Amino acid sequence: MSQALQAPRAATRQEPATVGPGLRDGLRTEWTKLRTAPGTFWLLLAVIVLTVALGTAAVAAAKCPAAGCGQDPAKISLTGVDVGQAVVAVVAVLIISGEYSTGMIRTTLAAIPRRLTVLGAKAVVVTVLVLAAGIVAVLGSLLAGRLILPGHGFTAAHGFASLSLGDGPVLRAATGSVLYLALIALLSLGIATAVRDSAVAIGFVLGLLYLFPIVAAAVSDKDLHRHLLQAAPMMAGLDIQATTGLRSLPLSPWAGLGVLAAWAAGALVVGGLLLRFRDA
Amino acid sequence: MSTGTATPNRPDTRPGRGSDAAGRDSFAHVLWAEWTKFRTVRGWVIGMVVAGLLTVLVGYLSAAGSQTGCGSGPCHFYVPVGPGGEAVTDSFYFVHRPLAGNGTITARVTSLTGELPTASGGRVRAGLGESGLHPGLNPWSKAGIIIKASTRQGSAYAAVLASGDHGVRMQFDYTQDMAGPPGRPSAVSPRWLRLTRSGDTITGYESPDGTHWTRIGTATLAGLPATVQAGLFATSPAYSVMTTPGIVGASNTGGPTLATGVFDHVGLSGAWPASGWRGDDIGDGPGSSYPVQGGGYHHFGGAFTVTGSGDIAPDTDGGPGPGQSIQFALVGTFFGLIAVVVVGTMYITAEYRRGLIRTTLAASPRRGRVLAAKAIVIGAAAFVAGLAAAIIAIPLATRVSRGNGNYIYPVNALTEVRLVVGTAAILAVAAVLAMAVGTALRRSAIAVTVVILVIVLPYLISITNLLPLSGDQWLLRLAPVAGFSMQQAIPSYPQVGIACSPAGGCYPLAPWAGFAVLCAWAAAALALALVLLRRRDA
Repeated sequence: MSQALQAPRAATRQEPATVGPGLRDGLRTEWTKLRTAPGTFWLLLAVIVLTVALGTAAVAAAKCPAAGCGQDPAKISLTGVDVGQAVVAVVAVLIISGEYSTGMIRTTLAAIPRRLTVLGAKAVVVTVLVLAAGIVAVLGSLLAGRLILPGHGFTAAHGFASLSLGDGPVLRAATGSVLYLALIALLSLGIATAVRDSAVAIGFVLGLLYLFPIVAAAVSDKDLHRHLLQAAPMMAGLDIQATTGLRSLPLSPWAGLGVLAAWAAGALVVGGLLLRFRDA
Repeated sequence: MSTGTATPNRPDTRPGRGSDAAGRDSFAHVLWAEWTKFRTVRGWVIGMVVAGLLTVLVGYLSAAGSQTGCGSGPCHFYVPVGPGGEAVTDSFYFVHRPLAGNGTITARVTSLTGELPTASGGRVRAGLGESGLHPGLNPWSKAGIIIKASTRQGSAYAAVLASGDHGVRMQFDYTQDMAGPPGRPSAVSPRWLRLTRSGDTITGYESPDGTHWTRIGTATLAGLPATVQAGLFATSPAYSVMTTPGIVGASNTGGPTLATGVFDHVGLSGAWPASGWRGDDIGDGPGSSYPVQGGGYHHFGGAFTVTGSGDIAPDTDGGPGPGQSIQFALVGTFFGLIAVVVVGTMYITAEYRRGLIRTTLAASPRRGRVLAAKAIVIGAAAFVAGLAAAIIAIPLATRVSRGNGNYIYPVNALTEVRLVVGTAAILAVAAVLAMAVGTALRRSAIAVTVVILVIVLPYLISITNLLPLSGDQWLLRLAPVAGFSMQQAIPSYPQVGIACSPAGGCYPLAPWAGFAVLCAWAAAALALALVLLRRRDA
């Protein structure tokens, strides 16, 4: 990762005086800040551990007593993403809110006056880190499912193949879950840029993710219920994890992830505009 | 919005900050200082107001989004109300004659059979017209003898009955249920049942042979009229199947079922006026809120064959009836909770970020007092926000929901008070929990995340049917979300065969027990915070 960001060459490079610092400098700055900030490593480790732990717990609790039990082994294995995303949100919120709470943001913007460049660099850095953590977390979760599920009735006799990335829908669920985590990071970054305060931002993000399904469960009107599930960033985005029963989903898997992408893009636009036009 | 500064604005008028401050570090002063901090930070006050507004708004929206329609117009359900004021189901086939005073009725049940809706293509069809019936018995199908104040739905009664899978029971006044011996009646092992009335008191007996009787229980039905209706009955609850488990379109389908009981050796003694047996299908008519499928009886050579459909039981949320529990009005509490958690966390983490904690602890070196004062202030503020929100949300949301054609189960005033106070108390304890976790972790983003995950995630897992039901039940007993049982409006009755699901508003613990679980979490967090606050440098 560090090679891609060219950190080792940093000390020797010299910018022409007439050109302001660009995205490349922004990336290097953000990477250095994130790399040296206490906690980043632990938070990313927490993403992996929590995701795999909850996934393993869900897999251990799952049972398929007979053929046609209507379970989705890939989705069960990837349940841990439900909790891993919260830590991803923390990482993404802190990358910007942390600067506001310490006043570091003023130094950052003095060094790189193009504010959208700063936001872009932060988005790239956090996406790369979350993708890396997400790949490990998702592979670990699927491995747990592959090892444990056959012992709980998810056997060929009951119509389940062993979980494998060679299987198209499983690959889609795995890739999609990694992308899902990256989009959650971007959504959180956008919201935190707009809100600034870390506690308010994380409350906002987690409310947006976790409370939609609770309201949807309380609404009895069938159409409204379906629309809520289609619009909810978490529920729509997690449609990507489905490998069976696609027809009963409120949205197709990739369309669901698209909804989350739209939320993330919207949040980044709002955050970017506020960052651009507001005093730091 | 800068919410971090906590500057008292009237230091000169407050006690304890003058020249005598060193000697007067009383708890009242610490409390006053903490209250001033809270009150003068605009963002925190706004946060509490937002918590209340979100609670009301989401309750309102969920009411506006819940519509029950029947054909083109609104529904006109008739839901009977039992002697205790609760909504009940009272639909069965009743073969009866009057009893004018004290007396005894005895009958032998030799068979209990039934019919269930036929599944087609893996699904149970909802409409009766399109589905056939096949032999099978609902676990709570009932046939037995009953003494009832009148044939009016919802009137007082006491019954001894044989059930599908739950043995012989004595039940009275809808909510009361006592177990007798297990086993289903058959020609080989028939069940003898007996009810004896003496004034307002009715006693139920069971016997395997008609000579050795065992008392099951005694019911006191206050205000039972002199002349009551007594006889044989059969009924069978609607069969319901969850077709698509999970939060995405969880739906119940099913249909009415039938139960047939065969009785003989019917014996009467006491004040039975000369009269013939009369059959009535109780509760089967237009406007019936409970799916039933007619019934009837044969009387031939001393044997009665009675077939009925429906149930005699409390009507609860999640059942086949159309009703909605009043607690839906408080679904916004989870939103208010997040706002309260954010404010509660910032109430302490902002002090660490700004370094104000050093001033605070210099002014009041006894750290336990500071923590206690903070807990009281933030808890009280959240309590007030929750109280105001619940007082507005319940009448507002129920009115909107009724306007949409929904039936709201009646609850008594005491329950309504518990819902309101419980909502306020949940928010208060959650705020204290957040403040304590914030003290322990100091970093607001992580503290907020921990608290939200600990409170909301178990609930989310339990309503998504991720775990088997027993796993959900344990989660809801142990996790802080157990405190939300304070909002459960309708108790869950084991004699109604509906799984207690949190999405249906049912929690495994009793309200105060569940609230105690939440309090235990907050207390544990406070203890941890106290230890860390004392040991660590600020």
